[in-house]
Amino acid sequence: MKHNEMMKSLGKEALEGMLRRMLEIRQFEEKIRFLFLEGKMPGTVHQYIGMEACAVGVCTALEEDDVIASTHRPHGHAIARGISMDSIMGELYGKTTGCCGGKGGSMHVGDLSKGMLPAIAIVGGNLPIVMGMGLAFKIRKEPRVAVSFFGDGASNEGAFHEALNMASVYGVPALFVCENNRYGASTSVKRVMRIEHVADRAAAYGMRGDRADGMDVLDVYAHAREAVSLARKGEGPTLLELETFRLCGHSRRDPNNYMTQEEKEHWQKRDPIPFFEKLLREGKYMTEKEIADLKEAVELSVVQAIESGQQSPEPDPEVLFEGLYVNMEVPR
Amino acid sequence: MRLGIAEALRKAIHGEMANDENVFCIGEDIGIPGGYGGAFTVTLGLEKDFRERIIDTPISEIGIFGAACGAALMGMRPIADVQYGDFLLCAMDQVVDQIAKLRYMSGGKLKMPVVMRAPVGVTGRGAQHAQCLEPYFMSCPGIKIVAPATAYDAMGLLRSAVRDDDPVLMFEHKLLYGSKGIRAESGTVDASSEIPEEDYTVPIGKGIVRREGEDVTIIASLLMMHFSLQAAEMLEGEGISCEVIDPRTLWPLDLDLILQSVRKTGRVMIVEESPKQGGVGAEIGVQVCEHIPDYLLAPVTRVAAPNTPAPFSPALEKLYVPQPERIADRVRAMMEEY
Repeated sequence: MKHNEMMKSLGKEALEGMLRRMLEIRQFEEKIRFLFLEGKMPGTVHQYIGMEACAVGVCTALEEDDVIASTHRPHGHAIARGISMDSIMGELYGKTTGCCGGKGGSMHVGDLSKGMLPAIAIVGGNLPIVMGMGLAFKIRKEPRVAVSFFGDGASNEGAFHEALNMASVYGVPALFVCENNRYGASTSVKRVMRIEHVADRAAAYGMRGDRADGMDVLDVYAHAREAVSLARKGEGPTLLELETFRLCGHSRRDPNNYMTQEEKEHWQKRDPIPFFEKLLREGKYMTEKEIADLKEAVELSVVQAIESGQQSPEPDPEVLFEGLYVNMEVPR
Repeated sequence: MRLGIAEALRKAIHGEMANDENVFCIGEDIGIPGGYGGAFTVTLGLEKDFRERIIDTPISEIGIFGAACGAALMGMRPIADVQYGDFLLCAMDQVVDQIAKLRYMSGGKLKMPVVMRAPVGVTGRGAQHAQCLEPYFMSCPGIKIVAPATAYDAMGLLRSAVRDDDPVLMFEHKLLYGSKGIRAESGTVDASSEIPEEDYTVPIGKGIVRREGEDVTIIASLLMMHFSLQAAEMLEGEGISCEVIDPRTLWPLDLDLILQSVRKTGRVMIVEESPKQGGVGAEIGVQVCEHIPDYLLAPVTRVAAPNTPAPFSPALEKLYVPQPERIADRVRAMMEEY
C-alpha cells in the first residue's frame, strides 16, 4: 500500500481525526497509569499503549451503524469508536457519569448507542456474539457490519473456533480483528501456537484471512476497509490479523519482565504515533506546530475527563438493584 | 384441541414466528428436511414455513448461545435450544457471563430477549444426558427460569418467554413431551392438555395449586410434579391430605403462593429430580424458614436425587429418581412424627 495515495484519499480532516484519536488513547492510558500507580483509581486496567493504530485504523473504516465488540483491554476501542473520554473515565471511576453508569468498570466500557457493545472481558467471549450480531444483520438484510476485536490468546479458545466456523458457514457480515500483540498476559505466542500467523487459521474455516501492519494506521485502515466492504456486499467475513505490540504491561502493575530488552527496543522504535506523525509532516498534511497544538488540546481534554470522573457523583445505593431485569424487580 | 407438550411448543413457536419476524430459532438438527425437528420433535416442520428463520447449526453450543446473544442485542428475539440440557454446560460462558449479565453491566441500557430451551430428566441415558440443571441457573441472577409440567403451561409460558425482554430459560422434561414416532420416549407420563384456541399466556412468576389439601404442602416441578400428584392420590385413601404446588417459574419464585399454602398446612416438602446438594429444595426451603418459621409444625423436608451423578443401570436409576412411592413414604413419616 502506498501511503501517499491513502493519505490523499482520506484527506486532511480525516487524517487529523485519526491522529487525534491515537493521541487521545495514548494520553488517556498514560495518565490513568499514574493514577493507578498512585492508588487514586479503583479496580484494575489493561492498557492499549502501542496498539493505537489497530483500533483507530479499523474504526475509521466503519459506518455509524456498524457495531464493534472489545475485550478486557477496551479503552482504545472505545475512544476510537468515538465514545467520550468523560464517559469512559466516569466508568473507570465507577461513577454515574460512566458509559455503563458505573456498573461495568474498565473491562466493560462501551455504549451500544455509539456503536460499541460494552466490552466482553472473557477471552474469546465476544466472537460468538459478534457472529450473532452479523447473523441478525444478514437475516434482516441490513447493510451493517459487526466487528470483533480480540487478541492472539483468544484464537486458542474454543469460542474462536465455533464463532469463525459459524460465521463462515452463514456468510455473516463480520470482521474478526486479531490484534496479535505477541503475548497473552506473560505467555509468548510462540509457546502456545505452532503456526506463525493467526490469519492462517482462516483457511480452516473456508474464510478469507488477511494481515496488516498493526503499527501503521494507514495499513490497518486499508485492509479493514477492504474487509468491511466485502462483508457489506454480502461476500462474507474476514479474519484480519494485525501485527502489533503492547508498549506497556498486561495489567496495572506488570513490569513485563518476560519480554526481552531487544524485543522492547525493536517495537519501541515502531511506535505507531511518531510513525504516523512523520507521514503527516512529510506529506504536508500537518505541520510540526499543528501536531504540537493538537497534543496540547488532547492533553487538556484528558485532564478534563479525569477531573470530571473524579468529581462525578457515586451511584445511589438503590442503583445496586436496578438495571438487571426489564420488567421485574430483583427479588430480595 | 388436546396436545402434548412437544406439539404445544411447536404451535406456540409457529405462532410467535408468524406474529413477529424478529423471532427465530437456532439449534442443532432443528430444521433439517427429513430430520426430526430437534431431539424431541418440537420444531418439526417449522422450516417449511420459516426457512430463513430456522437456523440449523454445527454442533457448537458456544456458537448457538453466542449467536442468540448477539442477535438479541441487535433487536431480534431468538429461541435457542440444546438437544439435552447437559449441553448448556458447554455454553456456560455465553449463558452466564454474557446473556445473564450484559444488561446489568451496561447500566440497564441493553435488552436481552433470549429464550433458551433445554430438555432435562434422568431417562435411561446415563449421567451426561440426564442432569436437572435448575439449581445451577437458580444461582445466576439475570435469567428467568420456567419449567412447564403441562402442555397448557408449555404453550403459555413459551409465548410469555418470547415476548419477555429478559432472558428466559425453559426447562422441559423428556418424559413429558409426548414426542411421537422415532423420538418417542419410554416411561412417558401424559402431560397433554386441552389447548384453547385463543392467544393466552401463562405469566412468568406465577405458580399454581395443582391439588388442594390440608396437611402437607408438596412443591414440585416437571416430572416430580406429576409424581407428587400420584403420591397425593395414594395418600388420600389413608386420610392424608396433600396440597401440591407447581411453581411453574423457578425464578422468580411465586413465594406468596407457597407461603400461603404453608401457612395453611404447616408442613412443607420439596421434591426434585436433581441431587439434594445445593438444590431447588434448599432455596425454597430456606425461604419458607426465613419468612414464616412460626407456622412450621415440622422441619422442611426435601426429597431429591442422591448426591451423585445419575447412574445408567435401570435398577439404580429407579432408586435415583424420586418415585411416587418414595414421596408418599416421606409424607407418611412426616405425618407420623409431627
